[in-house]
Amino acid sequence: MTGEQTDTMQYYCGIDIGASSAKLAIIDSDHQLVAKAIGRSGIDYAKTAEQLLTELVEKESIDRSKIVKSFSTGYGRDNVPWADGKMTEIACHGKGAFFHFKERMTIIDIGAQDSKVIHLNETGKRDNFKMNRKCAAGTGAFIEEIAYRLALDVSELNALAEKSTNEVSLGSFCTVFAATEVLAKIRAGVDVTDIVRGAFNSVVKRIVEMDRVEGMLVMTGGVVANNPFLAKLIGLAFGTEAHIAPNAQYNGAFGAALFAAEQAR
Amino acid sequence: MTSSAELKDFEASKTMRNVMGQYFKELTDPARPKKIAWCTSVGPAELLRGMGFEVYFPENHGAMLGATRMATDLIPLANAHGFSPDICSYLTSDIGSYLKGESPLNKMKLPGPPKADVLVYNTNQCRDVKDWFEFYGREWNVPCIGVHTPRAIGDVSDTILTDVANQIEALIPTLEEVSGQKFDMDKFKEVIALSKQCTVLWKGVLDAAANVPSPISFFDGTIQMGPAVVLRGAQSAIDYYEILLAELNDRIKNGIGAVEGEKYRIHWEGMPIWGKLKSLALQFIELQTAVVSSTYCNSWVFEALDPTEPFKSMARAYCELFICRSDEPKEAYLERMIEKYKVDGVFYHNAKTCPNNSNSSYNMPQRMQKKTGKPYVIVDGDLNDLRLYSEEQTRTNIEAFVEQLSQS
Ligand code: SF4
Repeated sequence: MTGEQTDTMQYYCGIDIGASSAKLAIIDSDHQLVAKAIGRSGIDYAKTAEQLLTELVEKESIDRSKIVKSFSTGYGRDNVPWADGKMTEIACHGKGAFFHFKERMTIIDIGAQDSKVIHLNETGKRDNFKMNRKCAAGTGAFIEEIAYRLALDVSELNALAEKSTNEVSLGSFCTVFAATEVLAKIRAGVDVTDIVRGAFNSVVKRIVEMDRVEGMLVMTGGVVANNPFLAKLIGLAFGTEAHIAPNAQYNGAFGAALFAAEQAR
Repeated sequence: MTSSAELKDFEASKTMRNVMGQYFKELTDPARPKKIAWCTSVGPAELLRGMGFEVYFPENHGAMLGATRMATDLIPLANAHGFSPDICSYLTSDIGSYLKGESPLNKMKLPGPPKADVLVYNTNQCRDVKDWFEFYGREWNVPCIGVHTPRAIGDVSDTILTDVANQIEALIPTLEEVSGQKFDMDKFKEVIALSKQCTVLWKGVLDAAANVPSPISFFDGTIQMGPAVVLRGAQSAIDYYEILLAELNDRIKNGIGAVEGEKYRIHWEGMPIWGKLKSLALQFIELQTAVVSSTYCNSWVFEALDPTEPFKSMARAYCELFICRSDEPKEAYLERMIEKYKVDGVFYHNAKTCPNNSNSSYNMPQRMQKKTGKPYVIVDGDLNDLRLYSEEQTRTNIEAFVEQLSQS
């Protein structure tokens, strides 16, 4: 935590309970992120939310009573008892990204189980949005599956993909079919770096076919936070630079905190 | 955050349930004197009624299988029988229901759907109806005949109308043979006149939603349209809609909306999601958003019907329908709807097993947004097959869409 806590200090909290992890962000009156935490969403969202907040305020020595408003978002947005309001993750990712880059933009959020494309105009107003079809293609779940097939930890993927020198392609829409393609590549003795790059390319293709990019490309979510090389590939495919939002994994929670601050005004 | 949303039913609904109950009772009564004709929902029902048949509409049964969620267990039976999970899920639900011998009609203490003496389709809506009817034609060894209307019609030209009118007329010899009765032009004209009266009233019901707040929602419409589908051409449908219209006029007079505190108004494009009607209706109520119009409920508005020109006007009524038109007239129609119903945004249901009645796959939402400035959302789902529906994604899509409307 940065800065001194003074008596007049007020905080706003956002919590994003996603399909796989819950992210919490606390901002101050200047809308600066002062504390953040992440944990597994688990099976009891209310309990997860409470635990994350209790532990974070304790760790960062934040007086909980100074958190004047809280907003929830994500799949578990209806299950946070202390939230004063809720917004969808589409609104929150838009809010968070626009805070950092105040221009016309397309936000691509790749989450554990879904991907979203959000178009904002130059004032931050949303023109349009799209969620992926209900399928793991082009999401974190796909990458996790491939890591599992290759007996790798997901944290190793980014570096491996960067080292690849040969493009291999996985053609199928379907995660299970793509995983079978991976098995075929292993059998054929293809280098693991190339297979991982192929898996990244598959995510890129699924994202590119979802929608167009208009204005600046901003990427959010845990998948690009942990795999910046994937963001780079997505940018290349769209022919524009991909800007990874600061604290990309917390961007939804940050946006929720901004909504909380806005409501408090 | 718990929901306090409540559906406001109509007083008239009790009467509707009686009217529909009576219809099914007569239809399934083994002692009924009349022969049974199966008819597609936008098929030549007036001719069949005019020739003395009891008319049964399997799509209505399909919708019941969806609404009761019986479809979920029955579709796989049809899939295993060789009917792909990718084709019309009314068809697969209905054939599954036949294979298993279970029907929502059983819950009304009625035997299942009546066996057909003749099956009559119109391909104006899709090819699936013909394949569906032919299955039963083979099962029961009864005639399966129909009208092959062109699809993606631009201008409803005289060539098309003459052809379709001739095709309707050409059904008569087989129908006479099955019914054992001679075709009676006066009776036919009488039914056309009754059907037209039903259309005018049903259109009046849908038009009521142009009021702010809207006294009726799309979700109400999908239930209230029962008589317009299965009893058009019969007096009972006319009597019912007179009662419903009076109640709607009362609501309008007293400023009663279907959605308490209506803030936003949406057009629903495509098929209903039958197994989720209630939860979707409640979500929209919670979001103070009224789904005021749809092309779906308007599919049973046949304004062209004219007893002085029975065959030709019937051809026109069934060729002018939204579902069998090309994108240009469809878009013009949607533009008129958006204006008339004061719509803030359009919800496109991309029903995976009914591309015929889904309009989000050929760039239409994007074109329409450009033309009208009204935002849209596309939700993947299905009419009956809930394996193709994601509850969470749909809820989030709807919530996010209404958030977006609130920014405008
Ligand atoms: S129009 Fe669609 S839902 Fe209706 S019968 Fe044809 S395929 Fe099925």
